[in-house]
Amino acid sequence: MSVRQQVLYLWLAEGALDTPVVGWAFHDGSAGRGPALPGSEPPYANGAAALEDGWCLLQSPAPQALSPGAEHAIGYLPNEFVFERRIDLAG
Amino acid sequence: MPAADHRLTTLEVARFVAEGFLRFDALVPAELNPRVVAELGTLAQAKLPQAVGVKPTSDGLDRPASATPLSGCYPPPSALGELLRLPAVRGIIESLVGPDPAYDHDFVHLLPAGSGYRQHLHVDAIVDSADPSFDIQLFYFPEEVAPGAGGTRFVPGTHLRRARAEGVSRYQRLLGEQQYAGPAGTLLVFHHGLWHAGQPNPSDRARWMYKIRLNPRVPQVRLWNTEDFDAQHNDPTDHIFATMRFEGVGHALRQMQPWQQGHEARYELVHRVRLWRYLSGDDRYDVDYYLTRLEQRAQGGDGVTR
Repeated sequence: MSVRQQVLYLWLAEGALDTPVVGWAFHDGSAGRGPALPGSEPPYANGAAALEDGWCLLQSPAPQALSPGAEHAIGYLPNEFVFERRIDLAG
Repeated sequence: MPAADHRLTTLEVARFVAEGFLRFDALVPAELNPRVVAELGTLAQAKLPQAVGVKPTSDGLDRPASATPLSGCYPPPSALGELLRLPAVRGIIESLVGPDPAYDHDFVHLLPAGSGYRQHLHVDAIVDSADPSFDIQLFYFPEEVAPGAGGTRFVPGTHLRRARAEGVSRYQRLLGEQQYAGPAGTLLVFHHGLWHAGQPNPSDRARWMYKIRLNPRVPQVRLWNTEDFDAQHNDPTDHIFATMRFEGVGHALRQMQPWQQGHEARYELVHRVRLWRYLSGDDRYDVDYYLTRLEQRAQGGDGVTR
């Protein structure tokens, strides 16, 4: 098996895919043998720009039902989008 | 801070509420810094083994127990005690957690030259309660830290988000994060909830950092220099969509970090307002009307809770 996965997490300003990137994380199963992220910071202006660069969306955040009394709570960043890119090392 | 009174100003405390930290470059006198480094070496001989469950062979310093009033920690002669009793340092401490807070713990964070040790982003201790009271953590750098040479990474504005350490480790990069670099004797003062992480030290110099956590023993209400309080503290009608002030506490609390964009920023503001209510003792305080609107509606507009 010569396919390896690259995973990109993007945290966006809002729940829409075309809103600005505010945070990111990159994990490279190809150990550097696949393409790198763009050198800009953030690597993409918004989530849609990642799609245009060849990333496939694996997960987008579903709106959560609000718990009574906790409607104003803030904790983890809510708009987490997960992408993957499959790298064929033999190709 | 004012020259004659080492306590913080109202606007400095407002900035602490908004950003979760304050920074004081080269605050500690140059002659004291190397003496503290020497003492940190002794302290590290006891602290570092104990942190991994190994009984230290020598205690070296007279180390305080948790809950000791700060005034009883590191009695003379002690360079660390001298540092903690500097009027400028005491003024900052008193402004945020009172005149004689409780010692929680301290630690020596030594990164040898060439260290590749890198922490994930984390919050210290365990997930917080809803109580607005807070501890402070002093991060003291006795020697100059060059850019990229092991300075602590931190994310301004994260301190009011209730999160577990292992949950925030997933964020490799956030817009607006900082990595400390600065001159010898610099003090960073963190709200205990601020997300932060140790970084590698690829330089050819060891990086020393002393961190101490302090718990308040009094309500944290107007402990700072409040000479400017009335002028800076806005009333609850300060509303960005009606009439607003472009200075003062409300203006300081509205300043968001680059990672705080969109509507999410409104919830950040609400939590800053709640913390300012606690610190100011004004339970009607508001910025941009988010809480006032809900509270007035619940009271039917006539002050009677229905």
